[in-house]
Amino acid sequence: MLEIKNLHAGVDGKQILKGINLVIQAGEVHAVMGPNGSGKSTLAQVLAGRDGYSISTGEVLYDGKDLLEMDPEERAREGVFLAFQYPVEIPGVNSTYFLKAALNEIRKSKGLPELDAIEFLTLVKEKMKLLDLSEDLLKRPVNEGFSGGEKKRNEIFQMAVLEPKLAILDETDSGLDIDALRIVSGGVNKLKRPDNAQLLITHYQRLLNYIVPDYVHVLYDGRIVRSGSRELALELEEKGYDWLIKEAA
Amino acid sequence: MDSNLDIMIQAPQTRETPAANPYLASFERFEQNRLAAPAWVFPIRKAGMARFAELGFPTPHDEDWRFTNVAPIVKLPFKPVSEYSRDGITAQGVQQFTFAGLKAHRLVFINGHFSEELSAILPISNGAKITSLARALNSDSARIEKHLANYASGEDNAFAALNTAFFLDGAFLFLPANTVLEDPVHLLFISTASEPGAASHPRNLFIAEKGSSMTVLETHVSTVENSYVTNAVTELVVGEGAVIEHCKFQDESSQAFHIATIHAQIGRNANFTSHSIVTGARLARDNIRTSLAGEGIDCVLNGLYLTKGDQLADHHMIVEHAKPHCNSHEYFNGILDGRSRGVFHGRILVQPEAQKTDAKQTNKNLLLSDSATIDTKPQLEIYADDVKCTHGATIGQLNEESIFYLRARGIGLDTARRMLIHAFAGEIIDRVKCRAAREELDQLIWQRLEQNPQIAEKH
Ligand SMILES: Nc1ncnc2c1ncn2[C@@H]1O[C@H](COP(=O)(O)OP(=O)(O)OP(=O)(O)O)[C@@H](O)[C@H]1O
Repeated sequence: MLEIKNLHAGVDGKQILKGINLVIQAGEVHAVMGPNGSGKSTLAQVLAGRDGYSISTGEVLYDGKDLLEMDPEERAREGVFLAFQYPVEIPGVNSTYFLKAALNEIRKSKGLPELDAIEFLTLVKEKMKLLDLSEDLLKRPVNEGFSGGEKKRNEIFQMAVLEPKLAILDETDSGLDIDALRIVSGGVNKLKRPDNAQLLITHYQRLLNYIVPDYVHVLYDGRIVRSGSRELALELEEKGYDWLIKEAA
Repeated sequence: MDSNLDIMIQAPQTRETPAANPYLASFERFEQNRLAAPAWVFPIRKAGMARFAELGFPTPHDEDWRFTNVAPIVKLPFKPVSEYSRDGITAQGVQQFTFAGLKAHRLVFINGHFSEELSAILPISNGAKITSLARALNSDSARIEKHLANYASGEDNAFAALNTAFFLDGAFLFLPANTVLEDPVHLLFISTASEPGAASHPRNLFIAEKGSSMTVLETHVSTVENSYVTNAVTELVVGEGAVIEHCKFQDESSQAFHIATIHAQIGRNANFTSHSIVTGARLARDNIRTSLAGEGIDCVLNGLYLTKGDQLADHHMIVEHAKPHCNSHEYFNGILDGRSRGVFHGRILVQPEAQKTDAKQTNKNLLLSDSATIDTKPQLEIYADDVKCTHGATIGQLNEESIFYLRARGIGLDTARRMLIHAFAGEIIDRVKCRAAREELDQLIWQRLEQNPQIAEKH
């Protein structure tokens, strides 16, 4: 589904990703871990299509298509979803209105009929249960005044509604208390299907107790220095990153 | 009607020689020709005239007028339109104007004159009054005498002083204690004057006694593209526990000059909300002053200005906290295009007695063109120690983070921009509590924005 080949990317003249190679197949869950500043969020942003990054070499194929050529909205319509590390508050844009517009854009691009207000609300009600979100939140502007945990849950709720093929979760676990973590990861697990894939970016092995990855990758200084099974995450928790960094050097 | 009314007013030549002020002579002629009014009105007018003669028109040297040069107004002849004429405006024609299609008590003024034939008041409860000020001066003289020019006397405001000297008419609203007006009152001011420099000085007085509530919608429009002047003054007396919403929509000709002074005197536990939505006039200045004169008041001043071309929209607020435990919030958003300019001056005055004041002020501006400018100036004067006062101003373009967020959900760049601009205006419109007015404004502002080619372009 996703094939990242020798990806080099930087911003403002600073090289951040220095040759990422990663292949994700449908039905898989991958976790990317790594110390602060190693480039995890940059990878997520580059995949989602944020402006301002320069890609010096490498390519990213998504279902065989050149992902980096696409506008962010095209990527989303093709099924790429980024759960933001810091979801922005958008005052004045109603949550329901926004999400309905997003879903209908995606449906349109797939040649599906748009949902009307009633069909949409039925769908929303069903998905809200999954994340145990209060309906009041949807009456408010996008993320405005949401608590940190609510923002993260709202990201996964959007994911549930939009049903992406490739979901990239950027530190969705940080800032969540233990109950919220359970709810969010429960939601993510329910969204897992044989025809979609998830890429989790996290600092904490604790998330991986709830969402069990098929593969764990360690990003260090813009490169994946080690890949393994979920045991690798446990090992990292125990020993930290230093041993790997020394080995990689 | 006497042709003496058709007078020319000249600006004072210098401030040092107010005695030679040609306004004074014209004022005397004007006053002699006034319709019968109670005797007490004349001294008030005269004081207004005298104060205007002293003050003269403001210049950019006045701190309060630093960013707004009224020289183009001063040059105008200030001709009052002497007679009432419907000027081809029909009852049906009126409905095209903003808020005029809503179910409301409606008072229509054409070039400053009350139009009885176009006005219509729905049945109201005993004792409430919705009428023209000129009429009420006779029927409710004693009540009006207590308040008229008590708040917006023009002491420090030359335009209000000028209005006090020259006003013809306006709206008089009176709610006795505990009266709840279900339907809004709509005041529609239409300019049809074809001569440049025609001036009208609408004068409104709203008195809401203890526990009463109402919504007042006010629309300023024109049927001509002309450099006329509207110089309005509105005084509001908001009684204890009263709930008043005032929504003013200024959509004058793009050649016109619009000066408006609003002064609300607010009593204990009252709730006062003022909206100032500005899309019209070449030069618009809204002076909004609220005196929070009792404890437990909630006061919201909310505004939106949408300017393009050479327009200037200036809001000048003074919020005076005189008593403890009051909240005041000011929210002003501007969307500026072309070479247009915006001015926001928000003064918050917290008197020594006004402990536990919570005063907030925000002014956000979206510049759609490189040549648009905004001057924003907060001014906090705090003489009490246990208060919370915050202010914030932003000037900029659409938030890139927000655009990316929307795009990352599948929403196209163009739609994302429109959504955000609409939202920026919507933040303000959403505070309009009167639903019918809010919906109409929302649609109207959206149409105006859509007409603007800049929105779709990359900024
Ligand atoms: N706009 C920028 N200009 C310069 N440097 C940047 C910019 N954005 C990111 N960086 C740098 O790139 C590096 C990688 O950042 P990134 O946010 O991708 O790391 P991360 O692995 O997600 O870190 P964390 O775990 O702390 O979230 C950091 O050193 C960061 O300071």
